[in-house]
Amino acid sequence: MAFTLPDLPYDHDALEPYVDARTMQIHHGKHHQGYTNKLNNAIEGTKWERMPAEDILSHIDEVPNDIRTAVRNNGGGYVNHKLFWTVMSPDGGGAPSGALAEAIEDTFGSFDAFKETFSSTAGSQFGSGWGWLVVDDDGNLHVYSTPNQDSPYMKGHTPILGVDVWEHAYYLHYQNKRGDYLSNWWNVVNWDQVAANYAEATS
Amino acid sequence: MSNQPEASVGRRRVLKSLALGAAGLSLTGLTACQDSESDSAAAVSLVTTLGQSTYPFEVPPLPYAPDALQPAIDAETMRLHHGAHHQGYTDKLNAALADASDLHDVPLRDLLADLEQVPTSIREAVRNNGGGYYNHALFWPSMRAEPEGPSQALTAVLREAFGGVDAFKEQFTAAALDVFGSGWAWLARAPNGALRIVQTPNQDTPLAQGLLPVLGIDVWEHAYYLNYQNRRAAYVEAWWDVVNWQQVEANLPSEQR
Repeated sequence: MAFTLPDLPYDHDALEPYVDARTMQIHHGKHHQGYTNKLNNAIEGTKWERMPAEDILSHIDEVPNDIRTAVRNNGGGYVNHKLFWTVMSPDGGGAPSGALAEAIEDTFGSFDAFKETFSSTAGSQFGSGWGWLVVDDDGNLHVYSTPNQDSPYMKGHTPILGVDVWEHAYYLHYQNKRGDYLSNWWNVVNWDQVAANYAEATS
Repeated sequence: MSNQPEASVGRRRVLKSLALGAAGLSLTGLTACQDSESDSAAAVSLVTTLGQSTYPFEVPPLPYAPDALQPAIDAETMRLHHGAHHQGYTDKLNAALADASDLHDVPLRDLLADLEQVPTSIREAVRNNGGGYYNHALFWPSMRAEPEGPSQALTAVLREAFGGVDAFKEQFTAAALDVFGSGWAWLARAPNGALRIVQTPNQDTPLAQGLLPVLGIDVWEHAYYLNYQNRRAAYVEAWWDVVNWQQVEANLPSEQR
């Protein structure tokens, strides 16, 4: 069964002024659609078609050589963007509460220290890539970045929050000012969803 | 740094010295570039002159107005690309090298061809920002408004290497479209003179692969996103309209033209 582009859970202009409508239209309708199509093309007729995309990435080393790079790049692009839309919301911003808030404080010292680490990690990813908050096998939190569309699932980690720092995610509105994009992006982070992702990853 | 040239030595000794230090680059290739006479082409080899530059680095001026390459490349993209991105790489390269005084007289080409000589604490910064400085400095003069086509001599070179100018453009375009994420596609010259089409991720340079760049296209999204968004293929197609073939030819050593 082919993968399909998930609908945006809000209107294209819902994240204005932090993420502009035109960027959302192209990012979702062109870039994410492109990764989806290319992932489907790469795995068509193989057993990988019957597996969740996240699981394909967890087993990327077992994917045949001739399609591995295409699956890594486009499967990563498919999964990363699928998470990305859901961790943003027009009602976002603020801070997490509950178990996630406690885990962030335990791990990073404070919510502000976490934000600083996350922003600087994402900000210093050279070239295209993502910044992540992930849960490892033992339920511990980590912040790191990955190049291009590489996914934390490839390391056996579960991403619960990610920010896209490919230039296509911000260039129309912020141009070279990635730092401004990142500091504004916190205003749309959907902490309820991130907390739900954390609960699921640690259950 | 046993191979570091002194500031006062002549160009030839500098070249000899950097060739010895630059793993994978042939002395023949470098001196051939150096010896090339400019009487057959107005442009001079940027690969040679840029490679000799040393700290502190300055952004070279654009050799045309920011709107000169329209409609292929829009003025705002040029302003940002040159004034913000290239400037940023340059500032960060200078900052990384500021306290590494033993590298201040090492030519840029030598630094980038042999990054192992750069202390690990600043190697990544030099690789990324030195590459960004170098690649963009080659990029601006490789374009111009209303360029002439390739000369007969260059056409012959491309025919021999790739089957023809169109075949070369086709293969180069495919390489540019195939770069995943940020990077460059290049026409580059091996030490034995062979011409090859290669890709580099991010701001890595052909120098680090032991190759001398001849022509490069920036396929970072910042190079085209304002005007073309996700349509990289349309950008690359339009870019051919502004390729400065005379500069491409000048970047080849004289015996190869």
